[in-house]
Amino acid sequence: MLLKEVLKKYQRKEDNLIEILLDYQAIKSNHYISKEEIIEIAEYLSLPESKVCSVLTFYTFFSDKPRGKHIIQVCKDVPCYISSQVNVLKTIEKELGIRVNETTQNQQFTLEFTSCIGCCEAGPAMRINDKIYTNLTADKIKAILSEYRVYMQ
Amino acid sequence: MKMVNLIINNVKVTVEENTSILKAAKKFNMNIPTLCYYEDLGIKSDCRVCVVQVEGKKGLVSSCSTPVSEGMVVYTNSARVLNARKTIVELILSNHDVKCTTCIKNMRCELQNLAKNLGIDENRFPSVFERQPIDDNNPSIVRDPNLCIKCGRCVDVCNNVQGTSVLAFYGRGHETRVSAVFDEHLSDAFCTLCGQCASVCPVGAITEKDDTDLVWKALADPNKHVIVQVAPAVRVSLGEEVGQKIGTIVTGKMVSAMKILGFDQVFDTDFTADLTILEEGNELIHRITNGGVLPMMTSCCPGWINFAETRYPDILDHISSCKSPQQMFGSLAKSFYPQKIGLDPKDIFVVSVMPCTAKKYEAKRTEMSVDGENPDIDVVLTTRELGKMIKQMGIDFENLDEKPFDSPFGITTGAGAIFGATGGVMEAAIRTVYEVVNKKPLESLDFKELRGLEGIKEAEINLNGTMVKVAVAHTLSMAKVLSEQVRNGTSPYTFIEIMTCPGGCIGGGGQPYGTTNKTRLDRISAIYEVDAGMPLRKSHENPEVLALYKDFLKEPLGKLSHHLLHTYYHNRNNKSQTR
Repeated sequence: MLLKEVLKKYQRKEDNLIEILLDYQAIKSNHYISKEEIIEIAEYLSLPESKVCSVLTFYTFFSDKPRGKHIIQVCKDVPCYISSQVNVLKTIEKELGIRVNETTQNQQFTLEFTSCIGCCEAGPAMRINDKIYTNLTADKIKAILSEYRVYMQ
Repeated sequence: MKMVNLIINNVKVTVEENTSILKAAKKFNMNIPTLCYYEDLGIKSDCRVCVVQVEGKKGLVSSCSTPVSEGMVVYTNSARVLNARKTIVELILSNHDVKCTTCIKNMRCELQNLAKNLGIDENRFPSVFERQPIDDNNPSIVRDPNLCIKCGRCVDVCNNVQGTSVLAFYGRGHETRVSAVFDEHLSDAFCTLCGQCASVCPVGAITEKDDTDLVWKALADPNKHVIVQVAPAVRVSLGEEVGQKIGTIVTGKMVSAMKILGFDQVFDTDFTADLTILEEGNELIHRITNGGVLPMMTSCCPGWINFAETRYPDILDHISSCKSPQQMFGSLAKSFYPQKIGLDPKDIFVVSVMPCTAKKYEAKRTEMSVDGENPDIDVVLTTRELGKMIKQMGIDFENLDEKPFDSPFGITTGAGAIFGATGGVMEAAIRTVYEVVNKKPLESLDFKELRGLEGIKEAEINLNGTMVKVAVAHTLSMAKVLSEQVRNGTSPYTFIEIMTCPGGCIGGGGQPYGTTNKTRLDRISAIYEVDAGMPLRKSHENPEVLALYKDFLKEPLGKLSHHLLHTYYHNRNNKSQTR
């Protein structure tokens, strides 16, 4: 679906910005909003482009750079950090051979940080796409990732 | 108005309700340190430096954003507060490029000052600062993100005062950063280079591009004849840079100081402001009588030109073709002046002192060149940079004698002087246009309705029996309002003056730091005091301007005038972007 068709569903109201971004990013194959699209959305809502950029970069749900099929987001807030027996990020980086904010060469995984995802009592936690994983250990992380690897084959 | 009683540091005080603790304390001579707070701008409570202790409250509260309440007991300097404040500043410093002695803001940095006052002689936190590239890709403004403390003043000014929306916050949490839209250079981001961000930045993260070295070099070169022009607004603000009271008129001492610095001739931009009025006034009359494009809009402000070329390219033919007074001076300095004194234009080095950062850009425009090769103005300094040179030279400014400007660009009028304040160009133009058209003297030269800090001001003048409406706007948010009317064909005006900076040039991006609306009003009063004290107050009565026409230019809007004093504008909106 084209951005224009998504925009048509919404009134030209500033309040609709986040809805539009969520709606459109979900249907885009590489899960990001490009510069050209930011310009188009800003024009539609009569907002400065800088405002759209600010909102887009504030929320970890959104990205202004192309991402892989599966988006892994590791919580970096304090409760997850102090409950960690394992360095979640390092484990994933090692498994996938990428650093944070990078995408695997086969475009399957993008690794990111996120701020709190509301699982403080069961940290450390991460999110892959829409699914939350809690009480992570090194083995658990490896098992979860291999599940996604199976999916993709 | 309901009054509220409270106790601040054991002092019983009574203030109006809804006053912030910060303002209440200040009113009773207790200044709470701040960093993100800036008078006249929005309350951000970003930095937490102004935290205070309120009895009965668990945590400390930021005094800038917390209103007073009845019976409140506040401590602004308890041990707990001091400790928290110190920690906050140490944390800010741990993510800052601490290079104070080599920083352009050394000794005038609010963060440095705060650290000193809080007694921070050692930082308990290790540095987490990561170096980022500096944006110095334009002639006016340098943005060094390594010094940014994310206070948000620049973002506030850029979005809410100027409505230009170039700067914004990106990201969140400790990764928050200030950047131009799409992380572009300012030059690509439709920045108007007005410098209001630089004027409010508490640290050295946004500053003017320092060109003082170029001037020192020229002054030391025996083969260069170095001349300088000084803009109207500088004489009522330079004093602040050298320790004088806000609003002090320092014209004569400023000329003396520049002679000591080594300038061969010191000229007055007020002269070419008078010349601008003759050209622009006649252009207006020409447009009115020949069915030209109306309303006509002024062209002296380079920030406004940048704004129009990027946001309103469709209304460029409304803008007067007159060059700004700075550039009219530049043209004459590289044509008429060398002829008159018998020098090769190439040996003449022209410096401008302007209250403005955008003027640095204006001087670099390719069309601002008489010979089509070399810029007419070689270097533009801001008021702050001139202040810096005076201090570098060790001049005892206060005790200087007063000296007059040099001829042939030295005799000026009150009309030229008021160019420095919002409404001034319009008032100066009316003084001339009215008398030229109606062929009789004005009864009163003071157009009070065009003075002051109101966003948009209007007046009506009688031109040969026809009532003509004029308007004045300052700040680009207000310029937008009038430009939209022009774009939509609904503008009720015949002539519009636009100044980018709040208050006009006296509030320019290159003016002394700490400019607030109160400062602006003081500088404006000083400008009108200069005007009122002038023997001549109408541009068309300036004898040196009249002599220039007689001996050289011949007539306003004539062939030579057209070549030297007029220009054209470009559509620079190459991206069809909505900023």
